[in-house]
Amino acid sequence: MPDEKNLCLSGSGLTKVFGFGRQKCVAVDHVDFNFYEGEIVSIVGESGSGKTTLAKILLGLINPTEGEVYFQGTKRDIGTQKKKKEYWKSIQAIFQDPFSSYNIFNKIDAVLLDCIHMRGGRRLPRAEKVALMTEACSFVNLKFEELTNKYPFELSGGQMQRLMIARIFLLRPQILLADEPTSMIDACSRSTILGMLMNLHFETGMTLIFITHDIGLAYYVSDTIYIMEHGKFIESGTPDEVILHPKEAYTRRLINDVPKIHEEWDLSTV
Amino acid sequence: MKHTFQQFFRSGKFVFGFSIFVAILLLTFIYPLIIPDPPLEIVAQGTFFEPGIYVSVYDSLGTTPHTLNLDGAAAKRIASKLNEEDRLAMKEWLVAAGIPENEIDTADTQKLLDLWMDNYDPTENIPGMTNARRNYFIRLNNSLKGLLSTEGAIIAEVNPETGTLEQVDVITQTDYVNINQVANVRVLPFGTDNFGRDVLTELVAATRVSLVIGFVSGTIATLIGLTLGLLAGYIGGVVDDIIMFFTNLFTVIPSFVLLILISFSIGQEQRGAVTIAVVIGLTSWFWTARAVRAQVISLRNRDHVNLSKLSGHSIVHIIITDILPYIASYVIMALILQISAGILAEAQLSILGLGPRTTVVPTLGLMMNWALIYQAQILGKWWAYLPVLVTIALITFSMNLMNTGLDQVFNPALRE
Ligand SMILES: Nc1ncnc2c1ncn2[C@@H]1O[C@H](COP(=O)(O)OP(=O)(O)O)[C@@H](O)[C@H]1O
Ligand SMILES: [Mg+2]
Repeated sequence: MPDEKNLCLSGSGLTKVFGFGRQKCVAVDHVDFNFYEGEIVSIVGESGSGKTTLAKILLGLINPTEGEVYFQGTKRDIGTQKKKKEYWKSIQAIFQDPFSSYNIFNKIDAVLLDCIHMRGGRRLPRAEKVALMTEACSFVNLKFEELTNKYPFELSGGQMQRLMIARIFLLRPQILLADEPTSMIDACSRSTILGMLMNLHFETGMTLIFITHDIGLAYYVSDTIYIMEHGKFIESGTPDEVILHPKEAYTRRLINDVPKIHEEWDLSTV
Repeated sequence: MKHTFQQFFRSGKFVFGFSIFVAILLLTFIYPLIIPDPPLEIVAQGTFFEPGIYVSVYDSLGTTPHTLNLDGAAAKRIASKLNEEDRLAMKEWLVAAGIPENEIDTADTQKLLDLWMDNYDPTENIPGMTNARRNYFIRLNNSLKGLLSTEGAIIAEVNPETGTLEQVDVITQTDYVNINQVANVRVLPFGTDNFGRDVLTELVAATRVSLVIGFVSGTIATLIGLTLGLLAGYIGGVVDDIIMFFTNLFTVIPSFVLLILISFSIGQEQRGAVTIAVVIGLTSWFWTARAVRAQVISLRNRDHVNLSKLSGHSIVHIIITDILPYIASYVIMALILQISAGILAEAQLSILGLGPRTTVVPTLGLMMNWALIYQAQILGKWWAYLPVLVTIALITFSMNLMNTGLDQVFNPALRE
């Protein structure tokens, strides 16, 4: 498989240590990986295993204590503000908690306009901007006319997360990092949002790095699964390899914790 | 933001504090329109005139009198003329003349006077009385008789031709002038101070200058504290280390000592009100810087800031739109506290004699300083310092009330 596809994002020896002395906490511990273009990669681990920290390192929001990130095969360089801005045209994110993802003082229009401006549409006429925003909103089943001049906190959690997807729709990055995008959302909205993410992936061909604690979900959607425990990638492979033939006890535990899988696979035989 | 400002007025405490503050502020603007005298003009010859209404004696003589027949006018006249010393002397004489002591009430003027008129005999002597004392009693008796007489006071003029005094008018006990018709009347609600200035006029001007000092010093302190706190908190790293080094350094040195030293080294001549305000502002930003930094650190890793970064916004843009609005409420509260702290700091400095040196405008601190130097508190001239104290207390109180009120608005846990 690696031969057919282009390298998109890779890491070698990525480590992040918070604090020092007795409060030292190794959140990400010498992680190596290769993500390929157009893939859906799932990173699965329980809460506190370092998934969000790794995501922030990949996004360039925090610097790793050790190790390097490679972007499209070459060492990533985001030393200056300008280079960072350029990098963020290629990689974007959806965060876990929609309620804290928005600036409560900014209107929804501002959120979407920022995306148009980032794509170089600052000088577009107002009507064209509105058309773009309307298109993005209708992609996620929202009506822009109803959202304009409203604040994000006036929406429900599910709607806010859909607005996030609309944002990505406008930005069209090569890589989307979705950090447990549905864990704070009620069950009904969850599948809608997942469906929209998948649509976006298939429509644009973007690489989707899908972070979740739900190994069942990962099984359905991903091309490759990485299992994370205490900051380390302990196991990786295709869903079939990882779910049907788990090598690690931790993976087995994760699988056992998912009630749905029991019905379809008899795991006691594995 | 608009919502927040409307919420301010839902807190009773804020509204109460705000009303007191606005009332003080309005007074400092309206009063000078009504009484436009320069605040430091010396109007009284002498020190510490009591609060009251001062009527020109000369102008009352020239005003057409009206006759009013009022009961007890004579008694009041005598009561006001007889001081405590005279009353005790009268009692002493009466006791010596054989009147039982418990029958004499020095507070009851009419009865005391009646007893005196019945019993006093200038030829009689109290045993052991000196000649001077004897003459004092005779004089006292004569002046009492004069007060009781129904003949008026004669006004005389020197006739320029003959050089003799000629009677021009008689003022009787029943003559009254309407105070509204007297040309010169001056109300001194808080009397005069040690220099003979009108305390109220001075106080109003002082309040205004002190408020300006508070605003200038508070704004400077808050701006410096806010800027440094934002930079230290958001950028972190070496910038944070350097800023925090100075902040900690200044926090350890008591800022009032620093204030005294700077104030002292500036020298008398350069110390104007604004200079003092700037110095106060420059020595009181540390707490704001620390508090803002702590708030920013807790904000800078929030997802909305991360999202703003991912949207390609610059550091300045992020600080202004993603950090500042979140701490605005906090900064407003810090500003209010800094203003009232600035007013207090000026008062403290001035009491020590290190306040602004000015001959044009007074400050609340300077008024306290003058009152202390001229020992108003020892002499019992309360009007020279008490109104100043009350004003300082009211301003500080109103600002603290506003702050507590705002705390209720911003901190849902404190809402009833
Ligand atoms: N800014 C930080 N400072 C100190 N420790 C942190 C910080 N961020 C995360 N951690 C720690 O790193 C570990 C991994 O956290 P996180 O990456 O959020 O896990 P996950 O997203 O898998 O739940 C946790 O133990 C957490 O306490
Ligand atoms: Mg997480």
